[in-house]
Amino acid sequence: MTAYEPHYPNDAHGHGHEHHHDSSGIKLFGFWVYLMTDLLIFATVFATFAVLSNSFAGGPTAKEMLRPGLHLVLVETFALLFSSITYGMAMLATYRGDKGAVLRWLGITFLFGAAFISIELYEFRHLIHEGAGPQVSAYWSAFFTLVGTHGLHVSAGLLWMLVLMFQVGSRGLTDTNKTRVGLLSLFWHFLDVVWICVFTVVYLMGVL
Amino acid sequence: MFGKLTLDAIPYHEPIIMITLAMVALGGLGLFAAVTYFKKWGYLWSEWLTSVDHKKIGVMYILVALVMLVRGFADAIMMRTHLAMAHGDGQGYLPPEHYDQIFTAHGIIMLIFVAMPLVTGLMNIVVPLQIGARDVAFPYLNSLSFWLFVGGALLINLSLGLGEFAKTGWVAYPPLSGIQYSPGVGMDYYIWSMQLSGLGTTLTGVNFIATILKMRAPGMSLMKMPIFTWTILVTCVLICGAFPPLTATLAMLSLDRYLDFHFFTNELGGNPMMYANLFWIWGHPEVYILILPAFGVFSEVVATFSRKTLFGYASMVWATAAIGVLSFVVWLHHFFTMGSGASVNAFFGIMTSIIAIPTGVKIFTWLFTIFRGRLQLNAMTWMTLGFLVTFSIGGMTGVLMAVPAADFVLHNSLFLIAHFHNVIIGGAVFGYLAGIIYWFPKAFGFKLLDRFGRYSFWCWLIGFYFAFMPLYVLGFMGMTRRLNHFDNPAWVPWVQVAVVGAVLIGIGIVFTVVQFVTSYIKRKDNLDVTGDPWDGRTLEWATSSPPPFYNFAVIPTADKIDAFHEAKKNGVELMPAPEHYEPIHMPKNTGNGLIVSAFVIAFGFAMIWHIWWLAIVGLVGAVVSFIVRSYDEDIDYYVQPEEIARIEQAHHQTKANAVVQA
Repeated sequence: MTAYEPHYPNDAHGHGHEHHHDSSGIKLFGFWVYLMTDLLIFATVFATFAVLSNSFAGGPTAKEMLRPGLHLVLVETFALLFSSITYGMAMLATYRGDKGAVLRWLGITFLFGAAFISIELYEFRHLIHEGAGPQVSAYWSAFFTLVGTHGLHVSAGLLWMLVLMFQVGSRGLTDTNKTRVGLLSLFWHFLDVVWICVFTVVYLMGVL
Repeated sequence: MFGKLTLDAIPYHEPIIMITLAMVALGGLGLFAAVTYFKKWGYLWSEWLTSVDHKKIGVMYILVALVMLVRGFADAIMMRTHLAMAHGDGQGYLPPEHYDQIFTAHGIIMLIFVAMPLVTGLMNIVVPLQIGARDVAFPYLNSLSFWLFVGGALLINLSLGLGEFAKTGWVAYPPLSGIQYSPGVGMDYYIWSMQLSGLGTTLTGVNFIATILKMRAPGMSLMKMPIFTWTILVTCVLICGAFPPLTATLAMLSLDRYLDFHFFTNELGGNPMMYANLFWIWGHPEVYILILPAFGVFSEVVATFSRKTLFGYASMVWATAAIGVLSFVVWLHHFFTMGSGASVNAFFGIMTSIIAIPTGVKIFTWLFTIFRGRLQLNAMTWMTLGFLVTFSIGGMTGVLMAVPAADFVLHNSLFLIAHFHNVIIGGAVFGYLAGIIYWFPKAFGFKLLDRFGRYSFWCWLIGFYFAFMPLYVLGFMGMTRRLNHFDNPAWVPWVQVAVVGAVLIGIGIVFTVVQFVTSYIKRKDNLDVTGDPWDGRTLEWATSSPPPFYNFAVIPTADKIDAFHEAKKNGVELMPAPEHYEPIHMPKNTGNGLIVSAFVIAFGFAMIWHIWWLAIVGLVGAVVSFIVRSYDEDIDYYVQPEEIARIEQAHHQTKANAVVQA
């Protein structure tokens, strides 16, 4: 956690350095706890997916539907992984207090995230078109819900990033905004970790 | 335009509901008129509805809980009286589809909208004070949690007069709760009222974990925290572990119902038993979420009124933590009859029995605290004694049912109903009632009249035994739960005795109301001017009653267990008034939590009735108002030293006057 903790060279309110540093630490900690609750939402959906992972009900199977598009999923995965690196760069720029660089790196991260979501939506559309929609069998219900839950989180992260870019743009790297860049960083890396599990459990194990 | 919502949704043909609605409408109108007449809207808005003060939020939680208790109890007495008539040729007075809604609503209301807000209410009022903090970690989030909870309560109450409620029983197992067998809006009311309040509860859990771990007074290491705070910490960990699975499970059930997914359906590979598993992964920790805070209350009450340090502090903490961990590995005992095989059942049976060990440790800890203490008998200690006896019986019937072979006989029978009411009334309810009486003077500045508390206790205690001991017998005689009519004449006398018990409990609730009203009228005789009415041991008694909005003018140091008691014993001032007070950093009130929640309520309502445009408005509105809030950086301020000095001076003056008069 300390790795993400931003430094505060000065205090906007002028009422003592200690207090604001502290409140930012509590926010980061509280957000960690929130992320753990979010992780349990994913865990629940993962467990359901595992239980239903062979429930094709005579319909299309994971292997035959997912194998042809696997290269696209690989591209998608790398878009998200690269977005984590670029977010790391935005974090470093935040530590330096370089507002322009923060906005640039957040912009690049946003584009990677948007690419990820676009590919995912394309894949969903394709699968439904090919007759493997979420209503077809329990497996596909679980597939769309698990992958879609992650996708919803990424979309929420993108919305947050957009708002944050406006806020940093208009108000600069204030203490509040620095904390927020740190919070979104936690969220973004968290989604990356979850995606690695999705990619492994859903795609690799499903296709092998 | 209005989805499935038409005027037919109002149940005109049900006289019971229409009379209830008329009374609620009259009461609401009266309240509205009174607030308007006394010109209190502004006061309500600025002092309460928009408050981010943990003490006020706690009071509001408990207020809503007590109102919901009346509704939950009305459901209970209707079930009992109906069943006492509905045997043989008698048909009772409730049609089956109404009876089914009543037992579902009774369960959800009592657990989610009575017990949970009593827990969150007490922890809101007490925990920041006990750890010497000025507020919770995230005051705005706290307000949002509260209003989301109110949203859930609002939706479940709407179901009474608009449409219907679920007829599935409070566990709502699919396929019964699926769209095929529950096509009406009742199940959707269930889902969305649970989702709203569940979200609020999860956020409360996050908030209090951060508060307790990050905001304790200097010197208060974890093993020096008051026991109540310890139980709340473990409770919040359980909340964060258990409520997200519930959210996800209900979301999957919603996908089945709304979008024709197949998680829990009978067709196309769905697995209804997966729902049962996931539901109880929330449901079992949930009962410990209810009981652990009550354990915390008993620990405080027993130590304070035995005039002794709690016996075995460390073992109490470890027992609490052990129960917390074990609560996550016993869920399958709720459906041994699923047929998961001998080995799996044996594992869960053994784990369930093991929970009796830390619980037994706690029972002995309380007993040894009383042993050779000077136990002062009052409503709170009577409740503790009643709890020790009653809860032990309930615990033992629980261990009995933990044996899978016995469970196969008792499953789904009234024996089970008797068991969990035994632990919830004899454990949780007694704890909450004792907690309310114990901390009431802290919240309001005057004590409750003990006499009516004791009357209430005896009604609850005797009422409980009359209402539920017959249910154990009926369970052994083979009576299953959720029957709305039966033909076995041998059951009749027992069912009738249970009505007597329910009436006694009702009188107990009346006494609680009487207690509030008469205590308020006679409050001048019972003022708590010192802030320490019970000769308490922990930090919340070190500040005035009610505490100033900033709780502590000077943050106390607490490097011992029962730091306040130690300070009093040694004649040390825990928080000596400094020459100059430091400015205090406080959050500003905000109506944003209420506004976000109003949009979320609109969203939930729209989802229930399939009013899609309103659902979009509600969702977008909630997100936008949340973002608007993030632009507002004028959210906190500093209380100036002069104001603090004035408030503290006034408190010391009252205290000194009281000493002179005495």
